[in-house]
Amino acid sequence: MNNLIIFPILIPLITGVVLIFFAKNIMVQRWISAISALIVIIVSFMQANLVYHDGIQTMDVSNWEAPYGITLVSDMLSSLLVLTTSIIAFAALIYSFQSIGEAREKFYYYPVVHFLIVGVNGAFTTGDIFNLFVFFEVMLMSSYVLLVLGGTKIQLRESIKYILVNVISSALFVIAVAYLYSVVGTLNMAHISVRLSEAGNTGIITVLAVLFLIVFGLKGAIFPLYFWLPGSYYAPPAPVMALFGALLTKVGVYSITRTFTLFFYHDVGYTHQLLQILAILTIISGVIGALAFTDIKKIVIYNIIVAVGVILFGVSVLTPESLTGAVFYLIHDMNIKAALFLLIGIIIAITGTSDLNKISGLINRYPGLGWTFFIAGLALAGIPPLSGFAGKMMIVRAGFETENYIGAFVVLMSSLLVLYSIMRIFIGGFWGTPRAYKNEDKAPVKWLLIAPAVLTAFAVLYGLGTEAVYPVISAAAETLANPEIYIHAVLKE
Amino acid sequence: MKTNDIILQTVTKFTLFVIILFSIHLFFAGHYHPGGGFIGGLMTSGAIVLLLLAFDIKTVKTILPVDYIKLVAIGLLFAIGTGTGALFFDLPFLTHAFTYVDLPLLGKTSLHTAVLFDTGVFLVVIGVTMTIIQTIGESE
Repeated sequence: MNNLIIFPILIPLITGVVLIFFAKNIMVQRWISAISALIVIIVSFMQANLVYHDGIQTMDVSNWEAPYGITLVSDMLSSLLVLTTSIIAFAALIYSFQSIGEAREKFYYYPVVHFLIVGVNGAFTTGDIFNLFVFFEVMLMSSYVLLVLGGTKIQLRESIKYILVNVISSALFVIAVAYLYSVVGTLNMAHISVRLSEAGNTGIITVLAVLFLIVFGLKGAIFPLYFWLPGSYYAPPAPVMALFGALLTKVGVYSITRTFTLFFYHDVGYTHQLLQILAILTIISGVIGALAFTDIKKIVIYNIIVAVGVILFGVSVLTPESLTGAVFYLIHDMNIKAALFLLIGIIIAITGTSDLNKISGLINRYPGLGWTFFIAGLALAGIPPLSGFAGKMMIVRAGFETENYIGAFVVLMSSLLVLYSIMRIFIGGFWGTPRAYKNEDKAPVKWLLIAPAVLTAFAVLYGLGTEAVYPVISAAAETLANPEIYIHAVLKE
Repeated sequence: MKTNDIILQTVTKFTLFVIILFSIHLFFAGHYHPGGGFIGGLMTSGAIVLLLLAFDIKTVKTILPVDYIKLVAIGLLFAIGTGTGALFFDLPFLTHAFTYVDLPLLGKTSLHTAVLFDTGVFLVVIGVTMTIIQTIGESE
C-alpha cells in the first residue's frame, strides 16, 4: 500500500474544486494553479523515483483487495507519463496566464484544466479497466469544456463533431468492457490478463482486441479513425491545443500499449499485424497532411498523427528493444508537441494569422523565438543528439531485426519528411523580409516564450542524457514485455 | 399571458415540505436500504423544480439564494474530504470507518463516514441538476 500514488490525481482534483470558489479572482486562481501544478510535479517525481528503486507501487482504493476493488497501479511507464503530464500541465498553465484572456479565466478555465489533469493522470495510473473508462470520461468532459470555452464560431462547430465522435466511442468503450467482462468475469487489469491466458487463444479474444483497438484508436487518432482530429484540435487557443495535442491522444496510445502488451499478446500474428499495418498507414497519412498544408497549426497537428503511428509501430513489433524505443519516443513526443504548439501559439499571437504565406522574417525581431523553434523542430524530427533520435533509432533497429522492413523504412522516411514540414515553417516564417503586423506590440512574447523554451530545453537534456535515462526507460519497457511482473505486483501471488 | 396557478401554488406550498422530508429520509436510508445521496439529491431538486414551475425563477431565487455551481464545489469538497481523511490514518484513499453509538431517542445507531461522502453526492446532484435546469430555463 502506498498513498503517494493517489496524489497526482488528488491534488489537481482538490485544486480544481477550490478554484471554483475563486472564479472571479484571477490573480488568486493563477497563484493557486501554479503552486498546485508545481507540487504535482514534485510528487510525481518522488513517485517515479520510488517506483524506479522499489518496483511497481499499488494501492487498493477503499482498502478492498485486488481483484475485488479498484486498484491503482504505478509501474515505471505510468509514473513517467504522469511526471511528463504534470510538467506539460505546468508549462501550459504558465503560458495561459498571459494568453488565454480574462473572459475565459473568469469562466472556470483553470478549474477545468485541473480536472483534465485529474483525468489524464488517473487514466495513466489506474489498474482497472472500468475505472480507465471513468477517467477517460473525466478527461473528455473537461476537454469538451475547454474546446467550447470562448464560444467562437469555429469552436462551436468543431465541438459538435468532437462531442459526437467521443460520445459514440465512449459508448463503444462500455460495450467493449462489458463484452470483456462477460468473457473473463473480472475488471482488474492484472486479473484479466491471468484469465485471458487461462482461456487460451480463442476467436472471441481476437474480436475483443480489435474492439479495443477501435475504441482507443478513436481517442488516439490512428488511421482511419483520426478524421475528427485535424478539425477539432484546430479550433481552441494555443495552450488548450498544447494540452490536447500532448496529452489526450497519448492517453489513447498508452491504453493501446497497455492492452496490447498486458491482455492481447497471445494471437500476435493477427492483432499485432493489424496494429502494425494501421500504424504504418497512420504515419503515411500524417506525413501527407503535414506536407499538404500551409497552415502552421495544421502542419503541427498532422505531426501528432505521424508520432502516434511511430509509437504504435514500436509497440506492434513487440520486442524489448522496440518497446523501449516506443516508451522513449512517447515521452519525447508529449514534451516536444507541447513545446511546438506553444511556440506556434506565440507566432499566431504576433502575426494574428496561422497562414504561412502571410508570415515572414520573424527572426529579425524575435531571434529567441526563432532559434527555440528551430531546435524544437530538429528534436521533433529526431536529429541526434536531440530527444527524438534515440527512440526512433531503437524502433527502426528493432523493425529491421524482426524483418519488418516496410515499417522500419516508413518510419525512417517519415523523419525526413517531418523535418521538411517543420523546416518549411522555419524557412517560410522566420526567414525572408520582415513584415509589419497589426497588434504585434501587444503580444507578451518574452513571458510566453518561457514555457516552450523550458520544454525545448528538456528535449535537449533528454536527448543528451539518453545514456542516463536509458535504465529508467528500459525498466518501463521490461514491465511491458513481461506482463508477469505487473500481474505479480498487483495480485501478490 | 399571466396564468392563474392558484391550485398549483397552494398544493406546492404543502407538498414541498413532504417531498423534501421524504428525500431526507431516502438519503439517510441509503446505507442499508434503497436510497442514498444520489436519489435523495434528485428528489430534492425535483422539489425545487416544482417550486420553479409553480412560481418563477425570480421568486425562487429570493427563497433560495444559492449559487448552485458553488454548491457543486462544496459537495465535491465533502466527498474528497471524506476520501482524504483516510490518508491521515495511513489507510488507502477512500477507506471508510463506522461505529455503533447509543443516541438519545434513536437508540443504537450506526454512524458511518459514508454518510459524509453521501452528503457530498447529495449536494453535487442538487447543484448539477439545478444548474442545468436554470441554464435551460433562463433563456425564456
